[in-house]
Amino acid sequence: MMSAANLLLWLALVAPLLLGLLAWWRPPRHMRGVALAGGVLPLATLWLLPRAGEGALHGSLSLAGLSLHWRLDALSALLLLLTQLVLLASAAYAVGHRRAALPPEATHARFWPLLGGLVLALGLIWVAADLLLLYAGLELMGLCAVGMMLLPGKAEAIRAGLRYLLYALVGSLAWLLGVTLLLGAWGTLELAGLAAVVEPDVTTRIAMALLTGGLLLKAAIFPLHGWLVPVHSSAWTPVSAMHGALVVKASFFILITLWRLLLPEAETAAGALGLLGGSAVLWGGLKAWRADSLKQVVAWSTVGQLGYLMLLFPLLAGTAASVATLAWQATWLQLAGHALAKAAMFMAAGNLMLSTGASRLSGLAGTSRRLPLSLMTFGIAAVTLMGLPPSAGFTAKWLLMQASLQSGQWLWVVVLVLGTLLTAAYVFRVLRCSFVEEAPRHDFQTLPRGMDLVPLLLALAAVGLGLVAEWPLSLLRQGGVP
Amino acid sequence: MSASFFPVATLATSLAAAAIIFLLPEGAVRARTGLNLGAAVLKIGLVAWMVRGLSQGQAYAVEFPVLEGLAFVLRADALGIMFAGLSSLLWLFTTIYAIGYLEDSPNRRRFFGFFSLCVASTLGISLAGNLFTFLIFYELLTLSTYPLVAHRGTPKALAAATLYLRFTLTAGLVLMIGMVALHTLAGDIRFGQREILAEFGPEQRGVLIAIFWVLIAGFGVKAALVPLHGWLPRAMVAPAPVSALLHAVAVVKAGAFGIVRLVYDVYGAEFSQALGLLTGLAVIASVTILYASLRALAQVELKPRLAFSTVSQVSYVVLGVGLFGPLGTIAALSHLLHQGLMKITLFFCAGNYAEELGIHRIDELDGAGRRMPLTSLAFSVGALGMIGVPPLVGFLSKWYLGTGAVQAGMPWVIAVLVVSSLLNAAYFLPILYRLWFCPGPDHGVGTWPEERHLGRFETSSWLLLPMLATALFSVMAGLLAGMPFSPLEWATRVANLEYLP
Repeated sequence: MMSAANLLLWLALVAPLLLGLLAWWRPPRHMRGVALAGGVLPLATLWLLPRAGEGALHGSLSLAGLSLHWRLDALSALLLLLTQLVLLASAAYAVGHRRAALPPEATHARFWPLLGGLVLALGLIWVAADLLLLYAGLELMGLCAVGMMLLPGKAEAIRAGLRYLLYALVGSLAWLLGVTLLLGAWGTLELAGLAAVVEPDVTTRIAMALLTGGLLLKAAIFPLHGWLVPVHSSAWTPVSAMHGALVVKASFFILITLWRLLLPEAETAAGALGLLGGSAVLWGGLKAWRADSLKQVVAWSTVGQLGYLMLLFPLLAGTAASVATLAWQATWLQLAGHALAKAAMFMAAGNLMLSTGASRLSGLAGTSRRLPLSLMTFGIAAVTLMGLPPSAGFTAKWLLMQASLQSGQWLWVVVLVLGTLLTAAYVFRVLRCSFVEEAPRHDFQTLPRGMDLVPLLLALAAVGLGLVAEWPLSLLRQGGVP
Repeated sequence: MSASFFPVATLATSLAAAAIIFLLPEGAVRARTGLNLGAAVLKIGLVAWMVRGLSQGQAYAVEFPVLEGLAFVLRADALGIMFAGLSSLLWLFTTIYAIGYLEDSPNRRRFFGFFSLCVASTLGISLAGNLFTFLIFYELLTLSTYPLVAHRGTPKALAAATLYLRFTLTAGLVLMIGMVALHTLAGDIRFGQREILAEFGPEQRGVLIAIFWVLIAGFGVKAALVPLHGWLPRAMVAPAPVSALLHAVAVVKAGAFGIVRLVYDVYGAEFSQALGLLTGLAVIASVTILYASLRALAQVELKPRLAFSTVSQVSYVVLGVGLFGPLGTIAALSHLLHQGLMKITLFFCAGNYAEELGIHRIDELDGAGRRMPLTSLAFSVGALGMIGVPPLVGFLSKWYLGTGAVQAGMPWVIAVLVVSSLLNAAYFLPILYRLWFCPGPDHGVGTWPEERHLGRFETSSWLLLPMLATALFSVMAGLLAGMPFSPLEWATRVANLEYLP
């Protein structure tokens, strides 16, 4: 028996796929149509949000004798909302992008069902309450993502996409092995049930090591990030936006969920994961600083920014409740801010590259005069990535710093400082190129106005989120913090 | 309603102006000019209204939570409104000057857009009600000044802008660490809640002292305390209105104002004195004053000499903060305003010499008093004020610093003041001598480097009038120092609030 809220939730989850199939059949011509059709989804989630906080939304599906458990808590509802907003932006942008970049019509039409599938997969991951449903979401997400990456059809895109597929399959294998071990040892796949019976013995540890390895690979956490940058270099902009904003983070979400439930006290392992995160921040920042094409800068920046999320592990394991609360809020705020900002930044970078026809940084000379809006969007998005006020990145950094100081884990303060400085270095390297005045005159292509507007709104949302952070964070606190 | 309306409206004026300017096309010169001036005048009106209301005992504040236990607070108190008044007044003149200065140059939309963002941040800094809010606008100021320093896009400008960023962003992080540490220790301290820290026991004093110096290091970069001043002389490549902005209105002032807030409204003067922090501040300020004056003496170009003079003069504010007692406080607060008035005049003059005659080096100024009498007069007023000749405002600042030093029991500060005044005279008087007494091209000796005839008068009126206005203000602030609402009178009012319970 499904209540109205449950029904609405599943409609909101499945709707993107249906809309995607519809768009495959009849590709949308105007951004407005996409915005109208997709705009209903966040509204539905907003309606569900207060109900999710009360813990009323959960249940199970029976498929061929297997029962799949799901639940919608405040965190998953907020992530769902975020996903829908980024989906809306990417879809609207994609319509403009098709008009400006002129890919073959039939190829572009295939983008829509893949996008729908991807969003469905993300939704499943947010609401999943057992390992099997998580697996289904993870696989669907991986396949859709690879499919989208292959769309441009160029040799380099196919090479990078197939490498991505290979990595994703290795990750899935590790995941399956881990799940099998857990099932064999504890006899259940449901997360709550598992958490109740599991003990930190050798089997659990091996299983967790396998699961973690697989997820780190899929989340492109240092040092397993090798597939990420080539994939983005050749992908379409709306695909990169969606992927950089959310796909890699879904794996992180699963990772933190599993650790919290199964091995909450493993301080050494958590410290090691934190160190990986710290290294990611530094390495990603350095590589972004040295990269010489715009898209590579943005992609490496994703590698670096993902590192901040990993700092949650050492700040959760074995720390005081107040520290854990701070770090918990900080991480999800950072994730949301980064998702919005990174999508905006990919789009702004895509606009700059489309308009100038150049992909190298030196090709940006003169853009501050000719393409001020795209550049401005890039800059506003960068404010969030640098963690400067009043952006979500800043508020998240404040919380993370507070958590680190309170728990005496000074190392993470150093990581935050160096990460910020490196981010500023690569961001301003880009902006600096745009200030150069003696530029060879390009023939700048004019883009549909919506293509500028969508990323600008996303970037402003990321900045504004820092000021209104109390709204999602209070929901998050009500929903229970580890 | 009006309690929250005014701070928000003051801030929103500049933010909205910035947003609209960015949306206007590059060619819409008239609309942009009108918007700029309209917003500047409106803001002065709003600030003046709050000054009036505050003196009648009204309160203006607005706040909302950003995180659990941390709020975004805008609040107009006596100290904040003083800085807001200074920046919005000087803003109007700088805007007029910039409109004239940048006539027919490219990228004016970008320039004025960030210019407005810059004033919005300065206002935010002055109205911020706690350190968190202060930091938000402090960093916004860094971001919005970068495009202004880099404006010309030459390799030199870009290098200076990069250096500026390195200094200020690092300082911002240092500041953030200090603020988070203080927040972790004591929670959200509103400016003026001096009792919170004063109640900490002796075992935590070490931590409090450490946090204080971390925060001073963060503020010290923008306040250009030696050895953190390196960015300021290099930023001289920026256009003259930007220099006026960096030196007089916004950036160095934001740093100095931060130190003022930290000592008076977070730690409290008495607690700072008890922790032994003030003497340290006075020593740092003295070193900065003397070192920068010596460096100024060595400069052969006009703008770098003025830049080092700024480094030295802003430290008078810090010195005043370091002198425990109401007189030192009055000196610090009034000099915050006085230095702004004098320095902006000097930079306007330097810009006028460069624009009209192409003069950059000091030895090219020979006889310029005859060719540009009003500019030279204004320059003389500013320079004599800096030296501290009565009845100009600089004299008042130095007088209160001297008496404040006696009150605080630090007579060695008087020696610093004497030496620094001598050095001020040594680097300003030769310029005045060249302006008025050396024969130059208008007497038939040599030629101007690059003479242009920009207007009916000695130069364009857009450049002339704001300069005359600020010169007049700096004379009046000295002559009418005893009148209500003069900088000195208002500074006395704030000092009384600090020391009288």
